[in-house]
Amino acid sequence: MKYLDEYRNETMAQKIVGEIRRIITRPWVLMEVCGGQTHTIVKYGIDHLLPDEVELVHGPGCPVCVTSLEMIDKAHAIAQRPDVIFCSFGDMLRVPGSEFDLLVLKSRGADVRVVYSPLDCLKIAKANPDKKVVFFAIGFETTAPGNAMAVWQAYRQGVKNFSVLVSHVLVPPAMEAILQSPLNRVQGFLGPGHVCTVVGYEEYEPLAERYHVPIVITGFEPMDLLEGVLMTIRQLEAGTAVVENQYPRIVKREGNKVAQELVNKVFEVCDRKWRGIGSIPKSGYRLREEFREHDAERLFDVGAIDTQEPSICISGLVLQGVKKPHDCPAFGRQCTPEHPLGATMVSAEGACAAYYAYGRHLQAEKKPLQPV
Amino acid sequence: MCLAIPGKLIEISENAEGVRMGKANFGGIVKQVCLEYTPEVNTGDYVLVHVGFALSKVDEEEAARTYKLLEEMKQLSELDDPEAEDHLPVAPPGFGT
Repeated sequence: MKYLDEYRNETMAQKIVGEIRRIITRPWVLMEVCGGQTHTIVKYGIDHLLPDEVELVHGPGCPVCVTSLEMIDKAHAIAQRPDVIFCSFGDMLRVPGSEFDLLVLKSRGADVRVVYSPLDCLKIAKANPDKKVVFFAIGFETTAPGNAMAVWQAYRQGVKNFSVLVSHVLVPPAMEAILQSPLNRVQGFLGPGHVCTVVGYEEYEPLAERYHVPIVITGFEPMDLLEGVLMTIRQLEAGTAVVENQYPRIVKREGNKVAQELVNKVFEVCDRKWRGIGSIPKSGYRLREEFREHDAERLFDVGAIDTQEPSICISGLVLQGVKKPHDCPAFGRQCTPEHPLGATMVSAEGACAAYYAYGRHLQAEKKPLQPV
Repeated sequence: MCLAIPGKLIEISENAEGVRMGKANFGGIVKQVCLEYTPEVNTGDYVLVHVGFALSKVDEEEAARTYKLLEEMKQLSELDDPEAEDHLPVAPPGFGT
């Protein structure tokens, strides 16, 4: 496919790796922010291709993983109602709540449907006027324009039986939480290319300056990631800390202004609880008051659900780049994609699930167990 | 989750509710996309699509330029010749930006 295949060229990849080898003089720890980037890195073995001096740690950018257990339980409470058609992106279906997941609820008779686009829910709502259609609106800034458009069109067209359970999260506050942590090891970031397609990268510039950390907005194909690593290492070796754009074929500094306008019309910033990490101030979106008739949390009175997460799992430390999946004694043993214990194993884009899918648990078994 | 892929826009239309929609071809698979966020695009353009929404027009010039720069990274090809190592230039101006 055009604009995909040419960024998967092995010869070019080897050349970029050669250049990284040539310029690197000491060890550096880089974090790729987005779960999609983690997936590419592990799938293509990019971390194994890089010189030993480059350590990649995996960031919190998987919205399925970081959606709080409490919010999953709220979704399940709503989906069990006989008057509800509960719609979701496919990757939320097998994320475990306190008791079960959406697939289990579906097998027990709940009307749970997978949609490709939030706009599909409006069609379902119009076709089922006697039902309440609820969409599980999760995601980072990338997904916010789609979810905002569904709410806006429902509002504009008077589709009263459509509502959204909003659990939106924002990237920069999570990066700042990582940088502020006394455990932080991250010295440079591969920034989230598709998040910045929407919001641009101006708001990353104060972060780079304040924490003196290079941030390179990076794409998702193997050569994008390798070039992102090269650009970050160049900055680290030169002692600079600015925002650069590796992905200019898609990302502009100002982002998509039309999308930002509607997102800001429909949503406002709020504090948000992240699975495995806890509450981060001003790290999410909620619906503005004007759209309260489309707010599922209010309509179904699930605001009081307050679930605490189990403490055995180290996914919070994995999400912050402090630990690797195979540092966890449960990884690949008690915790697998079929029976995930925590955030980073629940979605295919989570670091633990990606390591498992590409056989890293088999390598981990060869090593002695490390204390956690 | 933030998966977004480039597709070629083959049709632009307006649906019954007045929403600008279109059809994009992803290597043979054709899907409906909402074009409300990309008013500037025309048929034949490549757009980056996420959950059924075109979020950005693929900048063909930048795509070609980035690739060309990578291909032409002179110092990289010179790596094959160890004697040339001392003469390697620092990053070419504007690389990757």
